[in-house]
Amino acid sequence: MRYRITAPHGQRSLSGADRLARGLGWLSLGLGAYKTLAPHALTRALGLEGQESWVRLSGARELLGGIMTLTDDPTPGLWTRVVGDSADLVLLGSAWSDPHNRKRDTAGKALAALAALTAVDVYCAQAVNRQHAYQAGPTPDYSLRSGFPRPVEEMRGVAGDFETPRDMRHAFPTPPKIAVRELPDRAARAI
Amino acid sequence: MKALCWHGKNDVRYESVPDPRIEDPKDAIINVSSCAICGSDLHLYDHFIPTMESGDVLGHEFMGEVMEVGSEVKHLKVGDRVVIPFTIACGECEQCRRGNFSVCERSNRNRALGDKMFGHGTAGLFGYSHLTGGYAGGQAEYVRVPFADSTHVKVPDNLTDEQVLFLGDIFPTGWQAVVQCDVQPTDTVAIWGAGPVGQFCVRSAVLLGARQVIVIDNVPERLSMAQAGGAIAINFENESVLERLKELTQGMGPEKCIDAVGLEAHQSGTLDAVYDRIKQATMLETDRPHVLREMIYVCRPAGVLSVPGVYGGLIDKLPIGALMNKGLTVRSGQTHTQRWMKDLLRRIEEGQIDPSFVITHSVGLDQGPGMYQTFRDKQDGCVKVVLKP
Ligand SMILES: NC(=O)c1ccc[n+]([C@@H]2O[C@H](COP(=O)([O-])OP(=O)(O)OC[C@H]3O[C@@H](n4cnc5c(N)ncnc54)[C@H](O)[C@@H]3O)[C@@H](O)[C@H]2O)c1
Ligand SMILES: [Zn+2]
Ligand SMILES: [Zn+2]
Repeated sequence: MRYRITAPHGQRSLSGADRLARGLGWLSLGLGAYKTLAPHALTRALGLEGQESWVRLSGARELLGGIMTLTDDPTPGLWTRVVGDSADLVLLGSAWSDPHNRKRDTAGKALAALAALTAVDVYCAQAVNRQHAYQAGPTPDYSLRSGFPRPVEEMRGVAGDFETPRDMRHAFPTPPKIAVRELPDRAARAI
Repeated sequence: MKALCWHGKNDVRYESVPDPRIEDPKDAIINVSSCAICGSDLHLYDHFIPTMESGDVLGHEFMGEVMEVGSEVKHLKVGDRVVIPFTIACGECEQCRRGNFSVCERSNRNRALGDKMFGHGTAGLFGYSHLTGGYAGGQAEYVRVPFADSTHVKVPDNLTDEQVLFLGDIFPTGWQAVVQCDVQPTDTVAIWGAGPVGQFCVRSAVLLGARQVIVIDNVPERLSMAQAGGAIAINFENESVLERLKELTQGMGPEKCIDAVGLEAHQSGTLDAVYDRIKQATMLETDRPHVLREMIYVCRPAGVLSVPGVYGGLIDKLPIGALMNKGLTVRSGQTHTQRWMKDLLRRIEEGQIDPSFVITHSVGLDQGPGMYQTFRDKQDGCVKVVLKP
């Protein structure tokens, strides 16, 4: 029999992408908590006063994305983050391009940082998705792997010498044939 | 020595750990020649089994050569070639004498923990959390085998590792799953899960004479492997399991149903799928009982449900009304491996079956961490992984 020899990622099952996803998940939770609990601090720093409810909403979205990213299948969580990042980019973009905003510099830096983070999210989502793709790879033909030396029909009941131990027997025996076959006969004779 | 160690959810590492040594006069040390990754290991990998600790050595399917024996070991000597059952058994307590090796009353050194969790502690197991003794596992170069006299089967040299390795777990597990169905020649046996355990259920059901064997899964190559062994395949993603099972049994339902899936059942497109995912994520239930629900619903009244699939904690929305009113019998448990090993070894020697059919990947132990993921995600046609230390 031929066995496959593949080496996906060697000596640790948690790949770089897996670890990055976990980091992003925790970061998302942290940012989410900050945005929902202290939106004023953020709006003040970025010159976005008045947008607190937006920031709170974005925080809630970060929390959701964080939780999803930390589950068994981080891909949907990471894409949730990407969508949220995009919305935040628009908001930050407006703060940065607003000539009257005294915090333009800070907003610009935040915009650059967020753009970079979004790129990391996209990269990570793709890498994790590729790595964990369910049933990925070829669908090999195992139709000859019966494990039996002869065709299945010849193997049925070959272990007939085996007797079920008493503690594993069960009251569902094959009903005796007479019960089914002879009754109508007898009835017929009686008439 | 080198071993595969658990370091948290989805984090298995190939690393150096101290060599095992004889700790008790009943111990033996085995030099591992082959070991395997089991579906049960995936429950550890995904962190559904409690009481794992960082650095625990994994693995409970292994074999090799005896390197050293303690002073009270009578039936083993250095150089013997042995397969080790995953259930550590003293061979002397009342349960062992009854043949209930997986609930041996003496081999679990953390019994108190089990008493607290399950009411009664169960046997010690290799590499399977501290609830079952915290014994170092067999995905390693060497292993300490406690109660060595009653925790081994000697295997002859003319059989390869690949032919006998599974005597330690999945072959007896599939076998016991079917044996406890007490198969009759008129029976339909329906098996959920076409993983390694499901594959051995299929072969065992055929050998034990079931009229019709049906297997349910959604991985095409696993289904085709089950078909090769004589099963009718149902792909739960493409067809309704309940309707198809009724059709195949003229509306009566299978007499015997086997859950070879366990607590990580996939459920797609059903209401209970969403329900269980949410409850599991919020820790209101630990296991996903989709397969159990299906079995209870579809099983012919007065039939048997056999559950080799592993569960770890609590489930929810189990249709106990159907179970009770239909008068179903439920049989479950970790396998009493020692009870079947010798008989199954004879069947391999006589050529009734060659268990190596299930192996799809064979790699060095150092490749083990990656193979956990490949096996879990059903990639690359992976059904069973054998590792060579
Ligand atoms: N009782 C014991 O002593 C014992 C011993 C070994 C393994 N086990 C248990 O047996 C189970 C199977 O082990 P395995 O090695 O074959 O693992 P596996 O994970 O390879 O196989 C499980 C199979 O079930 C399929 N599946 C998932 N959801 C399903 C559903 N809803 N319906 C039908 N099929 C579904 C999966 O696609 C997979 O092929 C595990 O729970 C394992 O822990 C128990
Ligand atoms: Zn196992
Ligand atoms: Zn015992």
